[in-house]
Amino acid sequence: MRRTYDIDGKDFSVAGAASSDFKVLLKKLGIPGDVIRRVSIAMYEAEINTVIHGGGGKCEAEIADNRIVISFIDQGPGIPDIDAAMQEGFSTASEQIREMGFGAGMGLPNIKKYTDDFQIQTVVGKGTTVTLCINL
Amino acid sequence: MKVAELADKLHLECLTKEGDLNLEVTGCYIGDLLSWVMGRAMEGDAWITVMSNVNIIAVATLSNVSCIILAESVTPDPAVLEKADAQGINVLRSTLSSFEIAKQISEVAGL
Ligand SMILES: Nc1ncnc2c1ncn2[C@@H]1O[C@H](COP(=O)(O)OP(=O)(O)O)[C@@H](O)[C@H]1O
Ligand SMILES: [Mg+2]
Repeated sequence: MRRTYDIDGKDFSVAGAASSDFKVLLKKLGIPGDVIRRVSIAMYEAEINTVIHGGGGKCEAEIADNRIVISFIDQGPGIPDIDAAMQEGFSTASEQIREMGFGAGMGLPNIKKYTDDFQIQTVVGKGTTVTLCINL
Repeated sequence: MKVAELADKLHLECLTKEGDLNLEVTGCYIGDLLSWVMGRAMEGDAWITVMSNVNIIAVATLSNVSCIILAESVTPDPAVLEKADAQGINVLRSTLSSFEIAKQISEVAGL
C-alpha cells in the first residue's frame, strides 16, 4: 500500500500532517503500537526537516509485507556535512524556527534511533532525500 | 488516574471540548523542544509545556500523550485549540509552574 504527500515548505502550522495521516492508516491496518510509535517519531522528524530545512517537498510512504519504507524528497540546499548533521544538538535552524520549538538538533539522531535502516542522499544546492525503513 | 480526575484535583482549566478525558495518565513529561518530547515522552504521559504554537498538537497526536498541560497561564495561539479539538487532544491549563504541576501530579496520581 502506498501513500504520497505534498509537504508545504511555508506553512509551518501544517507541519506533521503527513505523519499524522499515515499514523491513522497504520492504526487502521492493525500495525502494532510500538511500531507505530517508532514510525511516527522518525517520520515526524523527517517531515519537519523537509519543511524547515528543505523548503518543502514530497513524501512517499509504502507499507510492504515485511517493512515500511518512507522517503522525503526535497529540492532544498542539501547537507554539506552529514557527519556533523548527525551529531546530537547540531542545528542550523534560525532563531525564529527555534522559538517554535524546532531546531533542537535531535531530529536525525532520533530518526537513526527509531528506524531499522536510514539513508541520506544529498547534493549541496540540489536537494536531499531521506529514506527510513522500519521492519514489520 | 484519568485526565478528568487529574484536571479536577489540580484545578486545571480545560481549554478543549473534544478531547478524551477518560484517557489514563500514566506518567509525566516536561519539555518545550519538540524533538525531545517526540523522542522521549511516553504514551499516556501528561505533557507539561510553555510552548503555545500549533505544532504542539501534532506532537501530542503522534506521541500519544494523554493530555497537554500549559503551565504558568500560557495563552495558546488561536489555531491550537481548533486543531486540538479536530484531533481529539486534551489541552489543559494551570497557573502554576511546570515543577509545581509535576509535583502535584506525582502526589495525586501516585506516580
Ligand atoms: N532536508 C534537509 N535539507 C537540508 N538540510 C538538512 C535537512 N535535514 C537536516 N538538515 C541539516 O541537518 C541538521 C540537523 O538536523 P536535525 O538533527 O533534524 O536537527 P534540527 O532539525 O533540529 O536542526 C539541520 O540543522 C540542517 O542543517
Ligand atoms: Mg530536525
